[in-house]
Amino acid sequence: MKNTDISDPQYFHKVVDCQYACPAHTPVPEYIRMIAAGRYGDAYMVNWKSNVFPGILGRTCDRPCEPACRRVRVEDEPVAICRLKRVAADFKEDVTARMPKPAQRRNGKRVALVGGGPASLTVARDLAPLGYSVTVFDADAKAGGMIRTQIPKFRLPDSVIDEETDYVLNLGVDFRGGQRIDSMKALLAEGWDAIFVGTGAPRGRDLDIPGRKEAAANIHIGIDWLSSVSFGHITKIGRRVIVLGGGNTAMDCCRSSRRLGGDEVQVVVRSGFDEMKASPWEKEDAQHEGIPIHNFLVPKEFTHTNGKLTGVVFEKVKAEFDAKGRRKLVNAGEPDQHFPCDDVLVAVGQENAFPWIERDAGIEFDQWDMPKVDEKTFQSTNPKVFFGGDAAFGPKNIIWAVAHGHEAAVSIDKMLNGEDIADRPQPAVEVMSQKMGIHEWSYDNEIDLDKRYKVPHRDLSVALKDIKSEVELGFDVGLALKEAGRCLNCDVQTVFAAPLCIECDACVDICPMDCITFTPNGEEAELRTRLTAPATTLTQELYVQDGLKTGRAMIKDEDVCLHCGLCAERCPTGAWDMQKFLLEITYAGNSCRPPNPAHRRSAA
Amino acid sequence: MTYLAKPKFHHPNLPKNDLGYTHRDYEGTVSTLCAGCGHDSITAAIIQACFELSIEPHRVAKISGIGCSSKTPTYFLGNSHGFNSVHGRMPSVLTGANLANRDLIYLGVSGDGDSASIGFGQFAHALRRGVNMAYIVENNGVYGLTKGQFSATADRGSKSKRGVTNTDNSIDLAAIALQLGASFVARSFSGDKHQLVPIIKAAISHRGAAFIDIISPCVAFNNHAGSTKSFDFVREHNEAVNRLDVISSRMPIEVKYAPGTVEIVEQHDGSTIALRKLDADYDVHDRSAALGFLQHHAAKGQIVTGLLHVEKDSDDLHAHLHTVDAPLNALNEKELCPGQAALDTFNASMR
Repeated sequence: MKNTDISDPQYFHKVVDCQYACPAHTPVPEYIRMIAAGRYGDAYMVNWKSNVFPGILGRTCDRPCEPACRRVRVEDEPVAICRLKRVAADFKEDVTARMPKPAQRRNGKRVALVGGGPASLTVARDLAPLGYSVTVFDADAKAGGMIRTQIPKFRLPDSVIDEETDYVLNLGVDFRGGQRIDSMKALLAEGWDAIFVGTGAPRGRDLDIPGRKEAAANIHIGIDWLSSVSFGHITKIGRRVIVLGGGNTAMDCCRSSRRLGGDEVQVVVRSGFDEMKASPWEKEDAQHEGIPIHNFLVPKEFTHTNGKLTGVVFEKVKAEFDAKGRRKLVNAGEPDQHFPCDDVLVAVGQENAFPWIERDAGIEFDQWDMPKVDEKTFQSTNPKVFFGGDAAFGPKNIIWAVAHGHEAAVSIDKMLNGEDIADRPQPAVEVMSQKMGIHEWSYDNEIDLDKRYKVPHRDLSVALKDIKSEVELGFDVGLALKEAGRCLNCDVQTVFAAPLCIECDACVDICPMDCITFTPNGEEAELRTRLTAPATTLTQELYVQDGLKTGRAMIKDEDVCLHCGLCAERCPTGAWDMQKFLLEITYAGNSCRPPNPAHRRSAA
Repeated sequence: MTYLAKPKFHHPNLPKNDLGYTHRDYEGTVSTLCAGCGHDSITAAIIQACFELSIEPHRVAKISGIGCSSKTPTYFLGNSHGFNSVHGRMPSVLTGANLANRDLIYLGVSGDGDSASIGFGQFAHALRRGVNMAYIVENNGVYGLTKGQFSATADRGSKSKRGVTNTDNSIDLAAIALQLGASFVARSFSGDKHQLVPIIKAAISHRGAAFIDIISPCVAFNNHAGSTKSFDFVREHNEAVNRLDVISSRMPIEVKYAPGTVEIVEQHDGSTIALRKLDADYDVHDRSAALGFLQHHAAKGQIVTGLLHVEKDSDDLHAHLHTVDAPLNALNEKELCPGQAALDTFNASMR
C-alpha cells in the first residue's frame, strides 16, 4: 500500500467518525471537551457556528453521529452526543454578545428565502452578516417551520425555538411572518438576486382504504394534526386512539394523544418492529409512556356506524424475502383483526408539494415531480433559484436541512461574486500536537469501560398531564461531566514519523486494541489479513507509513484505535505523536473565496 | 513508561486459546520501565508464548532477582505465583521451589547483572544441576538502574553512551550455558518476536534446564552508535541459525515443509519443534560444535541467534535425585512420616 497521505483533510476527517457522519460536520469531540471543562458557552458557539440550532438539535436531532461513535465498537452504547449538545445550550452563559453583528454595510444584493424552517434560517444566518439583504417568507406568524409546528412541545419547548430563531433573525434578517408565497413567477418578477426554497415536505400522505371518507371526521393526517395541536387549535382526542405508521411523526402523534385524553393509545405498523423508521429512542420513549406498538398489520378498512368511526380492520402479514433479498409482506394466513377506536392518526409518510411553483417558471421538475436540484450546489435549473432541506431531496431531518443551508449559502455567495459555484474549496484544517510533557497531554486520555448515563425524565404522572411540560430534563452538570468523559477524543490523531522509529515494538506491546503492526508492506486485501488483529472493517482505513530501517512498514488499523495515546506515551523517540485535528467546513464568506495570499487555507 | 494502566478495552475479535483466554488475560500490571525498553518486548513475548501454549496461569511460578529485568515478572502473568528474590539469587530460590513442587512451570527471569555478575555462581549451578525451568536472561549489557555502567556481558571494545571504551572481556552466557551442560540453549533478540516467541514456547515445553539469552537493548543507556547491544547493531549483525515452529501435542502437524529443510524435534511433553534450518551445516545436537560456532562468529562480531542446542531425551534434577513423583504439598502425613520401621531401614542402609 502507498503511504497514507495525512495532508488530505478527508483522511483524518474520516477517523473522527461522529463529525464525519454529521451532515453539518460539527466538530463533536472539540465541544465535548469544552463541556467537560465547564466551558458551556464556548461549546455552544462551536455548535452554533456549525449547526445553528444547538438547543433544538440537542433535543430533537436524528443523531447520525451516535451510531458512528467509536465507543460502539468496544461497548454497547455510543456517547450521548445529542444530549451533551443540549447541555451546552442549557448551561451556557448569555451568548448574545458573542453573536455576529448585523452587517454595517449592505452589499446591495437581495436574497429571498421561501419558508422559515431550518434550511432557510441557516442560509439567512450565513448570508446576513456578509451584507446580503435577506428576506424570509413564511406562512406562519413565527419562524421555525416544522421545528415549531410538528415537534411536540413536550419534546421541544417554544422558548428554545424562540431563542435560537431570534439569534438568526437578529442578524438583520427581514422576516415576513404570515406571508405565504403563492407564485414563483411573481417572486421571480420581483427581481431578487437569488431565491432559496426551503419549504419542507409539507403534505402528509393519506390512506385511501374503504371507510376513509365516511369516517373522515375522526381520521386525521398526522403532521396536520400535530401542527393544529402545536397552535392550540386541537386540545382533545378520543379515549381510544390508533396511530398508523412507524416513523418519528407516528411517535410524536401517539405521545401527543396520550396527553390530550387518549388513555388507550396504540401504534400499528405494517412492517416489523425492528424495521420501523422511527429512531430507537423515540420508540422507547413511546413504549415508556404505556403505548403498545403492534407490527406486521396492514390496515384494510375503517369501520364506522352512522358516520362515526368505530375501528380499523387489519390484515396480519409476515415478511418474506425473494432471491434478491427484497422483502415482501404477504398474508400470514391468520384472520383479520379489528381494533376498536375513537380516533385514527395517519402518519404514513410525508410528501413534497410545490403547487405554488408554476411548471413554466423556468424550473425543471423530474419524473417524481421534484425540482431538478444539483446535489452539491443545490442550484435548480434556474441559476438564481436554489433548494434545500426537505424541499430539495424529500423528507430527511433538521441536521440535513442545516447542512443543505450552509452549502446553498456558499453557492449563492459565490454566484453573486461572479465565481464558479461548482468549485467548492477544501475545508479548513488545523493539526496540532497535544503533548504537554513526558506523560501529559492536553486531553484526557485515561479511558476505560463506562456505561452510557441516562438522561433524567420528568415523572410520567406529571408529564402526561400537560402537553407543554418537557419530558426530558436534560443532564445536570455532574452527569454531563461523566458522560463527556466517555468521549474517546477521536479527533486527537495518532501521527507516526517513520524516520524517528527504532522499531522497539513498545507501541505494539502497549496498544490495548492490538491495532498496530510492523510488517512487510503488501496489497491492502492481503495486508488486512496478517495484522496483529485482522482488520475486517473495510470501510475503515489502514494508516500506512513505510520507510523503516528493517524495510517493514507500520500499519495501523484505524477501525479500533481508541486514541488513548499509549503508543505515544511508550514511544522512546517521539515517532508517535498525538495531534488534534480540527476541521471546519467551508462557509459562505471569505473562506469560500478562491485562494489568494490574503486568505490562504491552512492544511495539515 | 506510562502512568496509566492499560485500559480493559480489547479488540472485539481477539482470538482465544484452548482455555478460553485471550492474550490479554496473561498480562500483569502496566510496566514502569523506560519507554521503548527491550524488556517490555520480552514481557510481551512471554505473554504471547503462554497464551499460545494455553498455560493455566496458576500453574506458573515466575521467580526473579534484582534489576530492570527482574522487575518484569510483575508485568506478565498477573495470576501466577511470583517471587522477587535477592540480587543474583533467583536460581537457588527457583531450585528450592522446584524441589518442593515439581508440578509447576518455572520461569526464572534475570538480567546480565543478576546472572553474569553477582549471581554468576548461582547461574552456573542451577544449569549444572539441570533444574527443570526456563531461565531467561534479559541481556542489555549495562547496569540500567545505576545509569549505564558496563555490565559483564558488554563486549570488549564497545563504547558506553559517554564514549568510554570497554576494556574487559565479556561473558557469553549462552556459551557458558553450553559448557555447563544446559540441555536447551538459545539466543534471541527482543526486537524479533517471530523468533523469540517460539523459542520461549520451546523452552517452557523442554524438560530440564532451558536457558535463553535475549539481547534486549537499553533505550536509555545502550542504544547508541558504538554499542553492540543496540537495535541497529543487533539487527545488522544477527546471524540466525534457524527458525522454529512449536506445535503443541494436541494439534496435528498440518504445516507442510519442503523436504530436507526441516528437522522435527520431539519434546518430552509431547510437543514438537519444527526447526527450519537457516545454516545448513549447523547441528543443534552437537554441543561442542555449537560452542565452536559461537566463538568463531563472536570473533567476527556476529551475534548468533536461534536454538543453539537441544539435547534429546533430556532429564532434570528430580530424575537425577530420584525424588518422589508428587509435589511435597500433595503428600499426606503418613507418606511424610512413614514410622520408626522405615527410619530404621533407612538408617541401616546408611551404615
